[in-house]
Amino acid sequence: MTAFHDRGWAALIAGVVALLVLASTVGWILSRRARSDAARATIDNLNARIRAWWVMAALFLGAITVGRTGAVAFFSLVSLLALREFITLAPTRAADHRALFWSFFIVTPLQYYFVWTSWYGLFSILIPVYVSVFLAIRTALAGDTEHFLQRTATNYWGLMICVYFVSHVPALMTLHIAGYEHQNVKLIAFFVLVVQLSDVLQYVWGKWLGTRRVAPSISPNKTWEGLVGGVLTATAIGTGLWWITPFSPGAAAAMACVLTLMGFAGGLIMAAIKRDRGVKDFGALIEGHGGVLDRIDSLCFAAPVFYHLVRFFYAS
Amino acid sequence: MIAPTLAIACRLMTGAVAEWRVDPHATTQRVYFGNHSSHLDFIVIWCALPPRLRGLTRPVAGGDYWCQGRVRRFLADRVFHAVLIDRQHAGATAGLAVARESLQHIVDGLGRQHSLIVFPEGTRSASGEIGAFKSGLFHLARARPDVQLVPVYLENLNRILPKGEWLPVPMLSRVVFGAPLEPHAHEDKAAFLARARAALVALKASR
Repeated sequence: MTAFHDRGWAALIAGVVALLVLASTVGWILSRRARSDAARATIDNLNARIRAWWVMAALFLGAITVGRTGAVAFFSLVSLLALREFITLAPTRAADHRALFWSFFIVTPLQYYFVWTSWYGLFSILIPVYVSVFLAIRTALAGDTEHFLQRTATNYWGLMICVYFVSHVPALMTLHIAGYEHQNVKLIAFFVLVVQLSDVLQYVWGKWLGTRRVAPSISPNKTWEGLVGGVLTATAIGTGLWWITPFSPGAAAAMACVLTLMGFAGGLIMAAIKRDRGVKDFGALIEGHGGVLDRIDSLCFAAPVFYHLVRFFYAS
Repeated sequence: MIAPTLAIACRLMTGAVAEWRVDPHATTQRVYFGNHSSHLDFIVIWCALPPRLRGLTRPVAGGDYWCQGRVRRFLADRVFHAVLIDRQHAGATAGLAVARESLQHIVDGLGRQHSLIVFPEGTRSASGEIGAFKSGLFHLARARPDVQLVPVYLENLNRILPKGEWLPVPMLSRVVFGAPLEPHAHEDKAAFLARARAALVALKASR
């Protein structure tokens, strides 16, 4: 598609590769300098994370370069993997089996089908309206009232976070923005880059300077120093990327700032869920990072907000 | 061809990650005994084994289920090389003769190089709780004291494909291979079965 001929797109990919090469080089130097066992463990984890970033970046950029179909395929798979991790931790009972089968194999494909066909009317209400009603009915018909409210609410929220929210990322491909035709793939890249870099930068600033915890009862790793440093630097990077978006530099700064704050909130909410369920990670699929849901927690809550901001202010 | 495809499909559907607390690659003859809550149980254990050992490891399964239809029959005979036993007649009412015959069939299934996968509860548990063990494992251990008895705890399989359902929900599961049971001389049946069950329960509690 057109992404292959877009010079901005080529520059962006070159930038990501350069960033990964830099990260791998720094990781390699640190691993040669680590002396104590504790330092070595931290650096090994860091290098595992960097290796996983290479794979994730290749899969993500490769998929969205293909265009809308690639983006829909990639994020529907992400949704299924995330939903699987979420439901595994949910307090489901045997009576939920059929409703869960529907969630994985009917609702998720249908949601992404509506994204793929740009059917905004159904894409935006399928899960909040029809599925929320249907799932409650299906679970009630199964007849088991033990923890009924908790079970239906958890299953529904699992679909909202893992499927509905995440599907707003590929849905960016379907927005019509005057003067930005056939370039929406860069909007997805802007969104994912800013949110994920904000995560990484919060981690880096937190490791470097972090002392005061934002929410000690939820996560020991989130500090004010990490948050402020991460938000400021990621917003600066987002502003510097204004040329790949339909935004002015000022608007790009505002968008990036909103994204980093929503990303932080998403991480905090998902950390609270993990704390509630008594686990450290949602899964173990991505080496060094944990599960898929651990990696995309910040994207989940930022995606619908970003989608609707762009739709409201820019789409025709 | 069929076995590797099945292993990948099983991995996708159950996300099963094997945890080994015993050497996975040893060619020692073993009886893997697991908790039973789903039709997927033995396939999950079988797929978690190193590919080289899969061909040598035979599940012990109910003939009443696996002889129905050509697909099941083919899978049981040609892919899993299952040792099929007659459950309907092996119950308490059938008497000793049939039980002895089943046991002999299982011991023959071990031969000189094979390992077995068995579910000593005898039937699938609906709740995921580990039920009381039937006596087969005791008699098997008596008949072949040289074989290692390895407990295998399966987590979440009753949620992925519960009893009475035929469509799976792809949640994540865990397969934990524990340390083999120590042989105790002069242990009576009840004590042995309680100890074997306790080994499985201990794996469930461990993380």
